Amino acid sequence: MTGWRAGIAATCLAIAIWQGVIWATGVARFILPPPTLVAQTIWDSRALLAEHALITMSEVLIGFVLGGVLGFISAIGLVASPTARALVRPILVFSQSIPVFALAPILTLWLGFGLGSKIAMALIIIYFPVTSSFFDALMRTNRDWIGLAQVMGAHPARIMWHIRVPAALPGFASGLRLAAVYAPIGAIIGEWVGASKGLGYLMLLANGRAKTDLMFAALIVLAILTVLMHAGVNRLCERFFDRPDEP
Amino acid sequence: MTAPITITGSASIDGTPIFSGLDLTLAPQKWTCLLGASGVGKSTVLRLFAGLTEGVTFDGTLHVPDRVALMAQRDLLLPWLSVFDNVMVGARLRGERPDRDRAAERLAQVGLSDHADKLPAALSGGQRQRVALARTLMEDRDVVLLDEPFSALDALTRAQMQDLTAELLTDRTVLLVTHDPAEAARLGHTITIMTPSGRIDVPAPTTPIPRALNAPEVLHAQTDLFDRLRSPL
Ligand SMILES: Nc1ncnc2c1ncn2[C@@H]1O[C@H](COP(=O)(O)OP(=O)(O)OP(=O)(O)O)[C@@H](O)[C@H]1O
Ligand SMILES: [Mg+2]
Repeated sequence: MTGWRAGIAATCLAIAIWQGVIWATGVARFILPPPTLVAQTIWDSRALLAEHALITMSEVLIGFVLGGVLGFISAIGLVASPTARALVRPILVFSQSIPVFALAPILTLWLGFGLGSKIAMALIIIYFPVTSSFFDALMRTNRDWIGLAQVMGAHPARIMWHIRVPAALPGFASGLRLAAVYAPIGAIIGEWVGASKGLGYLMLLANGRAKTDLMFAALIVLAILTVLMHAGVNRLCERFFDRPDEP
Repeated sequence: MTAPITITGSASIDGTPIFSGLDLTLAPQKWTCLLGASGVGKSTVLRLFAGLTEGVTFDGTLHVPDRVALMAQRDLLLPWLSVFDNVMVGARLRGERPDRDRAAERLAQVGLSDHADKLPAALSGGQRQRVALARTLMEDRDVVLLDEPFSALDALTRAQMQDLTAELLTDRTVLLVTHDPAEAARLGHTITIMTPSGRIDVPAPTTPIPRALNAPEVLHAQTDLFDRLRSPL
């Protein structure tokens, strides 16, 4: 696949630039460690990194699934009930003006230092994009399909489930694709604010001990996990939700 | 269905008048063919008969039965369902048990058995239209509204589908919108031309339908109809 090749080429280019900057500026290795050192650290600290990556990935995946399910249900609820729409939508939009970063300390206070507060962060950060893209797609259902279903004698609930939801699945999929990239951000913010495990915590720890190479190692592992997550979600969406355009 | 099916009045969309002074009654258990210039409001009349009033401001009286079958001008196949499931979609939407045997029979009758498992996107325009026809013929209704149901078909397939539809919808009240004078002459017990200010009835042959395309009375009605369409006043 060309996408694969392009990805590898881009990675090589980034590493080359990284190394080039070090050669050109002679920057100290505790400010910017060379790629080889980071690679060495990833290998040497693989057990440590794996342990913390597992924690972060659990937070991200659980937050992703919960946020996806919650967004799916909320969007349907909002479309089905005009009252809910009138009441809840302004709240939803208003909630978007609160920076998620500001919520992290509160969530840590309420849910503690464990997985709970990070899952909540990941969930909150993806809830809006999933809900709103699915909601928009549901509201755009071809009116003629709905009309035909009414003429056929369909109950509104069945129109929702057999026409509107399947018709809007591509919109849900675009929400999920965004969520796959946002969810790790939420989890990491949660870990920065207060945690004893996870890649975000490990980065803070390494920073405190001036282990820049470990910081970079954790960052790169996080980036790789995010890319894999996005690719996996993309595959699932292509398999189950996407649809070729109608002529 | 003995209550008359009538529309009397005028309609507008977004404040733009579509038609006015229309007075159309469908003869029970007969086929009414509705012709008229593009944009005159034929599909709007059909939608009103089907109870789809969204977006249309209708001023007048409308007598329609609760249940009709509608084949809209666009096929409205659901792109995520197979051809077979599209034919059975009515039962699925009503939460009934779909009659698979009847669906297979309808699909065979429109000549698409080999395409049952395909998605609609893999069909040609005429094939899609026949799936929509099969779906409409699955709905067992006394009143059937057909909006240019054969417009995308070649001449031979069109004649076959006309025969099939006439056979399956014998003794039903049918409103057939068409642009084809020959079709109206073959299938109409009543033939009506819709104009912006009302309607003009055109004499139809009195023989049973479907009539042979080359029967003298059909050819005569067809020519007559064509002349009226050219100068509707
Ligand atoms: N959604 C809409 N908004 C505004 N005007 C509309 C809309 N739908 C239809 N119209 C107008 O209503 C009029 C009647 O449309 P309709 O589809 O009933 O015509 P028709 O007689 O079926 O035409 P055709 O033979 O081309 O199918 C047209 O002039 C069209 O421009
Ligand atoms: Mg029309």
